[in-house]
Amino acid sequence: MGPEAARLIGAGIACIALAGAGVGIGNIFGNYLSGALRNPSAAQGQFGNALLGFALAEATGLFGLVMAFIILYSK
Amino acid sequence: MATTTEAATTVAAEAAKAAAEASPMSQFQIERYIPLNLFGYDASFTNSALAMVLAAAICIGFIWYAMRHRSLIPNRMQSVAEMAYEFVHNIVKQTAGEEALGYFPVVFTLFMFILVSNLIGLINIPGVSHYYAPFTSTSHIIVTFALAALVFVGVTIIGIAKNGFGFLKLFVPSGVPWPMLIILVPIEVISYFTRPISLSVRLFANMMAGHTLLKVFGGFVVGLGLLGGWAPLIFMVPFTGLEVLVAFLQAYVFAILTSIYLNDALHIHH
Repeated sequence: MGPEAARLIGAGIACIALAGAGVGIGNIFGNYLSGALRNPSAAQGQFGNALLGFALAEATGLFGLVMAFIILYSK
Repeated sequence: MATTTEAATTVAAEAAKAAAEASPMSQFQIERYIPLNLFGYDASFTNSALAMVLAAAICIGFIWYAMRHRSLIPNRMQSVAEMAYEFVHNIVKQTAGEEALGYFPVVFTLFMFILVSNLIGLINIPGVSHYYAPFTSTSHIIVTFALAALVFVGVTIIGIAKNGFGFLKLFVPSGVPWPMLIILVPIEVISYFTRPISLSVRLFANMMAGHTLLKVFGGFVVGLGLLGGWAPLIFMVPFTGLEVLVAFLQAYVFAILTSIYLNDALHIHH
């Protein structure tokens, strides 16, 4: 297996990290929705925290994507 | 025989060059507009520099133009400027408290600059893109690392200036039994030093991944032509809207994390 093929396979495997991002984001917004359905008046105040949590959870998934790009495009 | 093989190789080379220019990653290519050599360092004026100058000009010009009347009852444009101001003002006040409002101009500048830089890369004016393709300066790690390093070094200096050596109490959570502290303090120190990395990589990865995906789906639309191109186009329209939302969200997250780190530095007692 040459380096180019190994590069492509490695980039593909590194993208599995994005599954964690999906689970984390779904977790955050699912909990936000269930809390908002129980207490709708308090929901609007916490929407900022929900967005902050979403960005932090997505960041870790995107670290994996950055590794995939580094594997794919570094010389 | 020699000329036909030469012609074939030049055709292949031109096709490869055209494919590389049309690849989704070619939008991140840096092009030098005014080559400039400063004491051996390459300080050319590039398309990234032009994008940053444009972002700064748009931020300053928008606020200056919207507030030129300074009327008590705002007209439409002044309302937008006041909304942006109030939005960041609330972020700083709620996360870092009233006394941190002295640092509000920095957070507001960061927010507006990152927001406009993120959005500039999405606007494509037909005809202009032959000379200057839309470029997102925040899709390069060096730009986002400069911003994140500014925040990290600034917040550390503020913390040390305000608390002296009590700044090190930041790494020692209160009410923890001492055997756990031996493990906990190195973990806290390491997680403090990953702040600039996570801050910069979050913005960089969001911008690069989002814009690359836009380019890939744009390629699908053009590739499928008139008959089949409507299918990826139907996906592209809400996805571009998502990218605008991500631009806002990343600027908001950068601003609010800056305020949270400022709060950590200013109010060390947990």
